[in-house]
Amino acid sequence: MYDYLLPEFLVERREDSCIRCRVCERQCANNVHLYDTELDRFFLSEKDCVGCQRCVELCPTGALYVHPRLADYRPNSSWTRDKMQNLKKQAATGGVVLTGSGNDKPYRVYWDHLLLNASQVTNPSIDPLREPMEMQTFLGRKPDTLKIEFSEGKAKLASEMCPNVPVQIPLVFSAMSLGAISYPAFKSLAMAAKETGVLFNTGEGGLPVEMRDEYADCAIVQCASGRFGVDLDYLNSARIIEIKIGQGAKPGIGGHLPGEKVSDYIAQTRMIPRGTDALSPAPQHDIYSIEDLSMLIYALKEATNYTKPVSVKIAAVHNVAAIASGIVRAGADIVAIDGIRGGTGAAPLATRDNVGIPLELALASVDKRLRDEGIRNKCSVMAAGGIRSSADAIKAIALGADGVYIGTAALVAMGCTLCHKCYTGKCNWGICTQNPYLTKRLNPELTSQRLINLLKGWSHEIQEMLGGLGVNAIESLRGNHEHLRGVGLEEWELNVLGVKGAGE
Amino acid sequence: MGRIKAKPEVCMGCHLCEVWCAVAHSKSKHIIKAFLYEEDKPLPRLLVEEKLPLTFALQCRHCAEPDCVTACISGALWKDPESGRVIHDPNQCVGCYSCVLTCPYGNIFINHRKREIIKCDLCAGLDTLYCVSHCPNEALVYEDC
Repeated sequence: MYDYLLPEFLVERREDSCIRCRVCERQCANNVHLYDTELDRFFLSEKDCVGCQRCVELCPTGALYVHPRLADYRPNSSWTRDKMQNLKKQAATGGVVLTGSGNDKPYRVYWDHLLLNASQVTNPSIDPLREPMEMQTFLGRKPDTLKIEFSEGKAKLASEMCPNVPVQIPLVFSAMSLGAISYPAFKSLAMAAKETGVLFNTGEGGLPVEMRDEYADCAIVQCASGRFGVDLDYLNSARIIEIKIGQGAKPGIGGHLPGEKVSDYIAQTRMIPRGTDALSPAPQHDIYSIEDLSMLIYALKEATNYTKPVSVKIAAVHNVAAIASGIVRAGADIVAIDGIRGGTGAAPLATRDNVGIPLELALASVDKRLRDEGIRNKCSVMAAGGIRSSADAIKAIALGADGVYIGTAALVAMGCTLCHKCYTGKCNWGICTQNPYLTKRLNPELTSQRLINLLKGWSHEIQEMLGGLGVNAIESLRGNHEHLRGVGLEEWELNVLGVKGAGE
Repeated sequence: MGRIKAKPEVCMGCHLCEVWCAVAHSKSKHIIKAFLYEEDKPLPRLLVEEKLPLTFALQCRHCAEPDCVTACISGALWKDPESGRVIHDPNQCVGCYSCVLTCPYGNIFINHRKREIIKCDLCAGLDTLYCVSHCPNEALVYEDC
């Protein structure tokens, strides 16, 4: 059926610079540029352009411009262009409007309304280039008290310690499964995590057997509702096991990896037949209560002989604080909270844009609730969903997180331009696709280096800001709301965040 | 002597190596000027082989025992014992294309306008190997051997 959709992007070619090398044509999986050898000119199929900028960035002469097309319906604040386009799309297909990546709606980004402190006169700031700055943190349950016994003049720790996993920088790559992202992208994350002493998260696509020797030591493995790729060796090879209850981009719904993406390799890793849809149910069908969750947590702990911390990842939703409290009491060692701006490979647009709450508010309320109940030490809190910079990360830690998950930022470092077309499987950047012609565009040696550079850069910036605060260890900042002040926020927002207004 | 090695597993088939090879062997060495304004259309001296999804760039292997040198009837091709490069002298070339026929890699090309052959000279006289340094994905690497 004819869809009556306006093209989203305008592609302009500067004829005085175009040398007809046809790089744009070859790089576009959407076939926007078509060269006609007879006429020695390009024809455009602008309707198919997703604005990923691949052709623009690869054009050797800078002859291409791709920008949002101005042609629009009559301006209307309520019936905006994207609302109308979606209606037309649905009228033509009768389906659910899909999207990828994270929420792009203008909900308040609280990070941009929080400001950090710095030391002046009354306490000295620290220069991280001259003085030690501890960036290491430990993920896992901490004991309620520390009992130390002295015998023969030697001190000995008497309290029983739960398994804790050190991370050299409190930044961890978010769960992105092999299948959702390409093998080179997946491997790049693993390589970068290994090199920098942080962790990567396998998502629920399993961990390929041949990667386990080298990379399992820096892997968080997921056990999600589809239970794809879960076996005893998978669980035992990892550092942390994560039970995925929800995802910030699509709280309350499951996942669907289309059969055409399930190649031999992915089928083997996920332990499902080749070419079959990998469907992750919305709930975990053995978890309908906190008690059920507890059973799974302890089943996983039993399976790994209590040597691994077990994390539970939930989407930030309305009563997230109470849920997090229940999760900790159920025996989780880590609670991961994924906010509304978290990314996804595919989600219904309606869900992605309208379900869940911002991470900042969820994080602050979870941290407060756990403190009030005296159980904050029993778990580490991971913040995920829309962490865009080192400043966001350090603010998240000051708001109460032990560590921060970075997903979209890592993808952008690899090349992603947030065109939101992950669900089409035609990622021109070779990230969110299984097409072998496209996945080759990522060279793990290069992309892992980009990720390492990103982590290194963020780490330096965090150290500078910590030094400015007069703090010499990242763990000393955790949950220290005194280092934050809000600007342009309302009273209730300041209350939920637990921060004072600027100047107070 | 070193040689350029292709890495098909990360070659994305963009053909930028061909574009920059042509620029490297143009008069102006300026990409737009070379392609749009120079009288002699710049020609690449390497070829991206394609059988999708497989792609890789191939240029003169500078063979240890080059068939092209044996086949050359005019002494225009020879192997330089010092650098190991197979060198072509257009002044001696008679354009018989015997080398084109014998090259097992199909890596000697014809400049039809000038009726002479062109081949990879490992960017002789230039600062860098253009195909290697301009590959966005490092799918071409120069290796000493």
